[in-house]
This record gives sequence, C-alpha cells and structure tokens, in this order.
Amino acid sequence: MYQYIIKRVLLTIPTLFGAAALVFLLMRLIPGDICLVRLGGGGASFDPKALIACHAEIGVDRPMIVQFLDFIWGICRFDFGTSMWSGKPVSTEILARLPISLEIALLATSVAVSIAIPLGAISALKQNTWIDVFVRIFAIGGIATPSFWLGIVSVLLVLDITGWATGTPWMPPIDYVPIWKDPIRNLEMAILPAITVGYRYAAVSMRMTRSAMLEVMREDYIRTARAKGLINKIIINRHALKNALLPVVTLIGIEFAFLIGGLVVTEQVFNLNGVGRLFVQAVQNQDYTLTQALVMLTVAIFVFTNLVVDLLYGWLDPRIRFA
Amino acid sequence: MKGITMIRSGLFALALAAFALPATAETVKDGGQFTFMIPADAPPSLDAHRETTYATVHATAPFYSVLIRINPDNPASPDDFVCDLCTEMPKPTDAGKTWTFKIRDGVKWHDGSVLTAFDVAKSWQELVRPSPGVLSARAPYFVMIDTVEAPDASTVVFKLKFATSAFLPALGDPFAYIYKKEILEKDPHWYERNVMGSGPFKFKDYQIGQSISGERNPDYFRKGLPHLDGFTGIFAPKQAVEIEAIRGDRAAMEFRGLPPSARDQLVKELGDKITVQTGDWNCVNIITANHQKKPFDDVRVRRALALAIDQWHGAVGLSRIANIRTVGGIVFPGSPMAATKDELQKIVGYWPDIEKSRAEAKRLLKEAGAEGLSFELMNRNVEQPYKYIAAWVIDEWSKVGLKVTQKVLPTGPFFDGLRNNAFDVTVDFNCQGLVNPAMDVGKQLPHSVYSENYGNYEDQKDIDLYQAMLHETDPVKQRAVMREYETYVLDTQAHAIMMPWWERIVPMRSYVKGWKISPSHYVNQDLATIWLDK
Repeated sequence: MYQYIIKRVLLTIPTLFGAAALVFLLMRLIPGDICLVRLGGGGASFDPKALIACHAEIGVDRPMIVQFLDFIWGICRFDFGTSMWSGKPVSTEILARLPISLEIALLATSVAVSIAIPLGAISALKQNTWIDVFVRIFAIGGIATPSFWLGIVSVLLVLDITGWATGTPWMPPIDYVPIWKDPIRNLEMAILPAITVGYRYAAVSMRMTRSAMLEVMREDYIRTARAKGLINKIIINRHALKNALLPVVTLIGIEFAFLIGGLVVTEQVFNLNGVGRLFVQAVQNQDYTLTQALVMLTVAIFVFTNLVVDLLYGWLDPRIRFA
Repeated sequence: MKGITMIRSGLFALALAAFALPATAETVKDGGQFTFMIPADAPPSLDAHRETTYATVHATAPFYSVLIRINPDNPASPDDFVCDLCTEMPKPTDAGKTWTFKIRDGVKWHDGSVLTAFDVAKSWQELVRPSPGVLSARAPYFVMIDTVEAPDASTVVFKLKFATSAFLPALGDPFAYIYKKEILEKDPHWYERNVMGSGPFKFKDYQIGQSISGERNPDYFRKGLPHLDGFTGIFAPKQAVEIEAIRGDRAAMEFRGLPPSARDQLVKELGDKITVQTGDWNCVNIITANHQKKPFDDVRVRRALALAIDQWHGAVGLSRIANIRTVGGIVFPGSPMAATKDELQKIVGYWPDIEKSRAEAKRLLKEAGAEGLSFELMNRNVEQPYKYIAAWVIDEWSKVGLKVTQKVLPTGPFFDGLRNNAFDVTVDFNCQGLVNPAMDVGKQLPHSVYSENYGNYEDQKDIDLYQAMLHETDPVKQRAVMREYETYVLDTQAHAIMMPWWERIVPMRSYVKGWKISPSHYVNQDLATIWLDK
C-alpha cells in the first residue's frame, strides 16, 4: 500500500513537469503583451519608455530559455515567483482566492452527494415507475441547464420574490467574508452558488448512481444474497450500493477537483473572488507566472484527488489491492 | 412602445430633478458607510503614478490629495481648476513659463506627520522624470514641464519649457497623487502595495481582488469633510452583477458608467429610488485604417470610408442602445476648443446630406479602383460601445458596396494586432483622464511621435500643425489652428474617422448625494463631498 502511494506520488513529478513545459510554451504562443494591456488597456496615453521599463521589471525581455529555466528552478523550490500583473507573490494571490473556491466546492459536493446518491439509488430501485421518471427528468434538467444561467436566474428570482414579498429587493452579498468572521453573511453569499453548481453536479452523479445500481442489482451475488434470504435493506446498503458507488466516487473526485479552479463563469455571475476568476484574469492579462502557477495547482489537485479516489476504491471494494 | 416612452419620461424627470435641485436645498447628513462598485478586476497596483486604469483611481483616490483639480462642485467644466493642496490658483510669470504654488499649512499625512511643499515637489519630479526603475505612465503628458522645485516648505515652482494652455489640465491629472517624499526616497515602489496619503479617508483594508475600504480622516484639511464615516469599494467587473447589486442595494452605484439598457432597467425597477446623471464622456472610438496596407494607403479610399458613415442619424439611433451620444471631431465636444456643428459639417464624414456624401464615396472608390472592396475590421472584445460601433459602421459601409467582416479579439491579442500592424482597419479608442484638448488630440500624431497612434503613417505637416497648436497661448488663435489641424487629419488626409463621443450614464441610489458627474470617469473620485440621505 505504502509502496503504491510512493509510486503514485513519484509519478506526479513527470506529470507536473510536462504540464509546466506545456503551459510555459502555450502561454507564450498567445499573441499579446502584458505590459501593453496594463499600460494601454484603459485607453489613456502612456510613456513608451514605461513599456520598456515594464518589460525589464517583470523579466519578459530575457531569453525564453532563461525564463523557462528560472520557472523550472522555481518549481523545484516551490517558489512560483511574483505575479507579473500585480507584483505580489503568486502564493499570496492564490491563497487569497482559495478559501472561497474551496468552500463552494465543498458545499456543492455536499449538495450533490446528498441529492445524487439517495435519488439515484431510489430511481434504480423503482425503475420505470413515476418516481424514476421524475428523478430522470430532474437529472436531465440539471445536466441541460448551464450553471451560470441557473445562477443568474436564481439571483433574479431572489430579487423579485423578496421585492414582491417585502417591498425591498434583497440579494446575497457580493463581497466575501470568511466563515469564521461572520458565518451568516458567509453562507448568504455561498449558498446560491453552491446550489446552482451542486444541481448540475448532482444530476451527473445521479445518472451515474442510477445506471451503476441497475447494473449491480442484476449481478449474481445480489441474486445469491436474495436466495440466502437477506433482507432488502442489507442487500441494497451493504452489497449493491457500496459496489455501485465505485464509478460515482471517481466522478465525484473529478468534479470536485474541477470545481476548485473551474467555476469560471459561476464565480463571475456571483462576483466570487475565487480561483476560477483569477484564472481568467491571469490569462486575459497574459500574466505568465500566475497562469503557470494556477495550472500547476490544478494539475496537483487533480493528481491528489485521483490518488484519494484510488485509495477509496480499496475501502469500497476489498478485492482491489494496490500491491 | 408605450413602456419605452414612459421610461424615457421617467428618465427625463429624474435627470431634470438631479440637476434642478440645488445641493444647498438639502441638509447634509454626516455619517454612514458608502458601498460602491468598481466595475473592473482589481488594479495591478495601488500606485496611480504607474497605472493607467480607472480601477486604481476609483479604489485609491479617497486616500490622497493632489495639487490642483477640477472643481468638485463643477466637474462638468473642462477648465474650472481649483486648488486642492495649494492655497490659490497662481498667475504665471515669465511669459507663462513659471508657475508658483503656495501649499496649505497644517495638512497632515495619515501617519500624523506634516505635508510640505517638498513632498509635492518630489511627487511631481517623479511624475515628470521618474527615477531609474520607476514607472510614470503618463510622463509624456507633462512634456511641457522643465523643472519642479520647492525653494521652501510652503512653495512649489514649476518651470516650463514653453508656455501652453495644456499645462493646467496636465497638472490637474487625477492620477497625480501627492506621495510622501521620505517614503519615495526610501522605497520608490512602496506605494504600489501600500497606501498612505493625506486625503479625506484613511486606508482601512484591502482584500486582494475583492474590495478596498477606508474610514473617515478626522484630520482632513477641509473642515467638515468628508461626510461619510467610511466607504467600501467592491471590484465587480460583470455588468449583470452591478445591476443586481444596485437593485438589491448591496452597492449604491458604480462611477464609470452603465449602458442605456441598464439605466432603463434600473429606472423601471426602482423608480424614484434611482437617480441618473448623464453627460458627454471624454472617450471616443476611432476608426483607423492601416496606411501601410493597400488600398488604405490611398487617401481617396480613406475618405470614402468616412463619407459612407451617416454620423448625424447614426448617433441618435445608437444612443438608445449604446453609451455613445454626441457627434464630434477630434476635440471633446464639451470643450471650447471643439468644433461647432457648422464647422464639422464642412468636414468629410460629417456632411449633412448623406446621399451626396455616399455618392462621393462611391465616386472616390471607383476612381481608386476599390469598388466592392472587401476587408476586415479588427475590434476589441469589449461590449460597450465597441461591438455596437463595429456593427453600425459595417452596415454603413455596405451601403457604398464595401464588404466588411469583423474580427473580434481579446484585449491582449487586440493590442498585439495594433502594435504589429496586423489589421486592415481597426476600431481604436482614445480615453483621457482630464479634458485637455491640446494633449488629447496628440492621438492623431504619427506613431513615431505618439506611440498609441496605429495608422502607420508619417506626416510632417500633421506634426507641424499640432506643434503650432500646442505652443499657441492665445485661445482664439489656438482654436483656429486646432480647426486647421482637425480638418487636415479628418478631411485632407482622412487619417482617422471619429465615432460619436461616448455618453457617461451613472445610475445611482437616490440616497447618494453630493456627487456630480464629470466628462471623465477618472475625475472627482475622492468621495469627500458624498453624503447619504438615509
């Protein structure tokens, strides 16, 4: 087991290196100049000398190979440098945004898991009944509805309903307060994005749970369990659901990793100062160092999540061994 | 239709109410927290000397003082300059080449120390000629300034290379914060990440990428100001969020400006709880042809492009859906230096008879062998008003047989296209801090002189006319030379096609008082006079 974990951790090194080389090259293929965007983006005139000074300051006037080696050496020391846009350490920029992204991801996952697994299982067990039809419609609705659209509609609905009910439209806060400072205000802000993201997430997981359960319920060992006279509750909870959850866990893991940096549009809709929004800003501003660090972070999260999912397999299905 | 008419009537009434009621008619209420949105992502740094974005000014102007500024009680005026840190507006000596400012006594920095003329002089020295390794983004704006000295603790002397009417507006630059000399000398980059000024508010908190807040400065040198206890500026780049936040009263307003559709929506939904201030905006889009690409090297083709566009009717229609309004030449329409309608109508592209204008366009295209010309219009991926303008001019050009497609690029690649001449014709823009016609029209100079001109041409006569205008100190004569320069640029050479100037529309919660709109979203942002009627 430990050998397996060490092997997996070591495998992340070439993965991260490959991602680093790729993102370094791809960023430089995009036409544009961070200094030009910074100085001229607003339309006001600026000093051409400032442009040259800006290039020198952020180091983009150095040969490409020097920049690349500098970047790789930084990774080796876990130092991603400073943001070319803000001049702040990349770690400061990311850490300022990580709590809200993490919170939304956790809340959305909670919403998704608490809806998807029971409903998906019930849907499979009540196959072709009105309950199944209802759950499937609910799931397809979630898959078909873009989260950002649902986000906009939910905010407008809240505004309209509170306006109609109280005469004063209310909307969730648009500035983040950490949960330990003001839990109510924090949840006021986080709950709508969590529900809108969680709905789509739940819908996908629900479909997966349903189809996995249907498959498992037809397995020989379920028939054997029934023949042994086990009660239905034990058959479902101990034998069927546990085995059916294998692909669902994979899906939940991948979705969770995606949510950390992938809530690009949802974060814009709710004005969440998260990692997804930072990602967009970094790419738009052509902030190479920040984009590189964010890609590395995303890759690391995916690698770590996959490792956790693999380890969970062993717990869910003892037949799986990692020797 | 009836709904639109009602909205319009409501808007008119609200706008009228906003301007008709004198501020003194209401009793100013002190106190309260003011929340507004900054419609942008967080600025790269907090140092206004090095940045050009309004996000920096909107976030940090309340913390700083400047030497002079546009009168906050009359910000719509392009030339009503008043003292901020100085005691009175001086009269120049030495044939307009020496300006001596007396600095107020008893002005305190937020750390409690006393602000002196040495701080003012050092800040301006860095703005005009920054130390090695320091950026002053608008240094060319101060091209007329030779030296800045502080002979004593209460006097600052500006010596100019030449006398010009462009000096005072340059001095009133809203980015020209006064920084503490001691800090600048210790670390010239300190102000990029820190705040310490002498303005109406003291720095309280900055949440990276999210919000900035300040609290009342009890030692502010203008007694009785500011009215607010504090403020929070929230960065909210998405328009939908801004509208929702104003509607839900999470924020009272944003200062940059919203499009007509947003105004209409807010007025419809909030009625008298919303007040709208509007005015001409010192921002304009410009259609620029790449003179190095055929057939745009031919002045007949460039003139034809201008002649095909019906500015007078187009502006009226577009103003209903986009934040543009006033037809103008190269000078901001609200300035005394701007062309009148009669003067404009003599210039190519502004003729009152559009049929005659388009007939001439077709004739010129035929003569130049460019009938049915196909080309690409490069545009920036910005909704308001860039995309509306592009859609409109493409349609106008189709009326003289031109086949134009639009290529929309994100900001980075767009600038790359401009810099590398990778376009046929582009939607360009000019958006300046203060109305300073003599400097603002520098945009029309060749790239070798003015780095943000992307027409790719050299034109000595253009430069000579500009220099003559810049150095002319008699306002009447200067205006005449400006007309000559404008006619040369827009008509004789058709180097550029000016689009209608932008309209600034600022809807705000009606409880926000004491703020007046100006032609620039960079100006009048220190929040000192704002108070809340609730």
